Amino acid sequence: MKRLNRDTYVAAALLVISGVFFWASFDIRQPDYGVLMPSTWPRIIIGVLAFLSMIFLIQSVGATPSATEEADPDRRPGIGGFFAYWRNPIICFATFFGFLATLPVLGMLIGGISFVFTLLTLLGGWQRRDLMVHAAIAVLTVGTMWSIFTFGLGVILPTGIIYNPFG
Amino acid sequence: MILENIIAAFGAILAGKTLLLMMVGVAGGLIAGAIPGFTIAMAVVLTLPFTFSMPPEQGLPTMVSVMVGGLSGGLMAGILTGIPGTPSSVATTFDGFPMARRGEPGLALGIGVWSSFFGGMISAVFLVTLAPQLARIGLEFQPWDYFMLVMFALTITASLAGKHLVKGLIAGAVGLLVRTIGEDEAVGMARFNFGTESLLQGFDFIAVLIGLFAFSQLLSDVRDPKLARKSLSDKGAVRVRIEHRRALAEIAKRWTVVVRSSIIGVFTGILPGAGGSVANILAYDQAKKASKTPEKFGTGIAEGIIAPESSNNAVEGGALIILMALGIPGDVTAAVMLGALLIHDVVPSPNFIADEPVLAYSIFIAFFLATFMMLGLQSFMLRVFVLATKIRMYVLASIILGFCGIGVFALNNVTFDLWTLLWFGILGFIMRQLGFPLAPMILGVVLGNIAELNLARAMAISDDITPFFTRPWALFFLVIGLFSAAFPLFQAQRGRQLWTLFYLPATCFAAAVPLYLMGGVPRPVLATIVVGYGIYVLWQRWRSGWALVASNEHELVEADSSD
Repeated sequence: MKRLNRDTYVAAALLVISGVFFWASFDIRQPDYGVLMPSTWPRIIIGVLAFLSMIFLIQSVGATPSATEEADPDRRPGIGGFFAYWRNPIICFATFFGFLATLPVLGMLIGGISFVFTLLTLLGGWQRRDLMVHAAIAVLTVGTMWSIFTFGLGVILPTGIIYNPFG
Repeated sequence: MILENIIAAFGAILAGKTLLLMMVGVAGGLIAGAIPGFTIAMAVVLTLPFTFSMPPEQGLPTMVSVMVGGLSGGLMAGILTGIPGTPSSVATTFDGFPMARRGEPGLALGIGVWSSFFGGMISAVFLVTLAPQLARIGLEFQPWDYFMLVMFALTITASLAGKHLVKGLIAGAVGLLVRTIGEDEAVGMARFNFGTESLLQGFDFIAVLIGLFAFSQLLSDVRDPKLARKSLSDKGAVRVRIEHRRALAEIAKRWTVVVRSSIIGVFTGILPGAGGSVANILAYDQAKKASKTPEKFGTGIAEGIIAPESSNNAVEGGALIILMALGIPGDVTAAVMLGALLIHDVVPSPNFIADEPVLAYSIFIAFFLATFMMLGLQSFMLRVFVLATKIRMYVLASIILGFCGIGVFALNNVTFDLWTLLWFGILGFIMRQLGFPLAPMILGVVLGNIAELNLARAMAISDDITPFFTRPWALFFLVIGLFSAAFPLFQAQRGRQLWTLFYLPATCFAAAVPLYLMGGVPRPVLATIVVGYGIYVLWQRWRSGWALVASNEHELVEADSSD
């Protein structure tokens, strides 16, 4: 049996998403006024998306895996290879997620500095000299941006629990 | 009246603070454009949060300056390192880098800088003269026409994905769907909030833009750990002086290339979806075809730098024409400009120039002035570029991600926007990796509510749907939308299949029908010229015995990261 290629899975996922949104469109309340119901336009889009996804599915079933997936010699097979290949983007996502999750506690200034420092260190290395350079970059850049927004543009950025400069 | 508006706009722009901000904007744009992986749209999008607290007459010229600077910055990296700073300067490297390698980097840079300047100037003249005329035509548009215009914009953007047309169309549809989340604009009913309060307001489209574009681009740039720790400086000699006098003499000898390429740039910019990445290749190809020595292209000749650089700077003038006249962004950068206008409570439409003349003329004048500033700052920024090339990609990415966090929060002072940034950053990154173009999705997000509002208005006037296909303007957009959707197939089959010989004449004949229906005198005359051209092409092909000629042009496909 021919192995399914990546585009086939993507097309199937798009069809599922279209189905979920179509089902959710029945939860939209229909008012007694107005000619175009609030659910009409989304349903038109979902119909078009489902139709295009179907074409994409048919196209992908006919294609070979090599036609849709560019082979990268750096990429090793298996789950370990996957994480090694996508290491940096995963670090970026995870660090940004951590930054957002801790924002109510750390606030934008400390949270921002910690985020930039952590990301620099995880991506660039943690030799003693690197750590010092990364700390300086993080404090200088986030501190400058925070000051511009807070004092220059009058934006009140999240203060956090552990450090509240306006408290 | 026009003179009064121009004087008032000059008054607003020439205020010391605005001029200073514009200079900073041009300088920042030059550096951003010079750094590969840092696109112009990204630079403009990151400038946006800084302009919130400014009055529109100050904030919008600042953003225009970043855009103009970014368009010219790409040539520095392209010529000196062989790596185009932005997709808009890909063709510049074909001849710019060989010329620099031959020992004339100063001349190559000079030609690039002055070609950019002249391209920008010609484009600015078109902007000032064409935008008000196009706005007058836009006043004829009814909701049916506007709806079809948006559909055309999305189709043509998707068609620039080349052989991935279906992926482009899917991306456009996903963008439209994302925009429907939250309360609908017509009657205020909750849609797709899945029971959560946060989703009731929908996604802030600037946060979506930054996530899809900037966040995902940065993640792609640091994907390879080795490249992420590398800087650009070891890829070429970068200590040079720009040879202005020699460059001007070279350009003066080839002024027709400048004019032709600038016009190509302006009209590519007017076309929704087609940006500098298409224009620079198109202009390069045309210059090569028109040259008496096409075989010398690619060896480091002046025409090979003049054509792409004058066209890519002319593109944004074209994109601003359609944005200011019709409220439709010509490309991703113009979509960000649209976001900037909306943040300042300015809604671009055919009435925009008449209703907000001072602001409209401020944008025109800012475009002119920024082009002059670019010329003056280029030599100085070359030294800063040397420093910028020493920065490692992971450092740049980390700092910009930190800035994205602060900037996006400042949009509405809402933490939910930061989560929007993260989720759309992930979505954009996955889409890039799966080969989906992002430009149609971004235009879908930006134009989604315009399409829905006009559909609602059309249905409120009449529940008859035939005007979508019978009104001349609606029919015009439908026809060119359909032909642009077929363009990737035509491009792939050209020179191999007989039907491709009839594609251009058929487009001419079909587009002429709505032009005839519009009535009056100029449009039927234009339609007759178009039909005449179609007949001429058919006659030529009949004379050559319907011979299929293989094409060896560069593929005109919008780059993933647009501009």
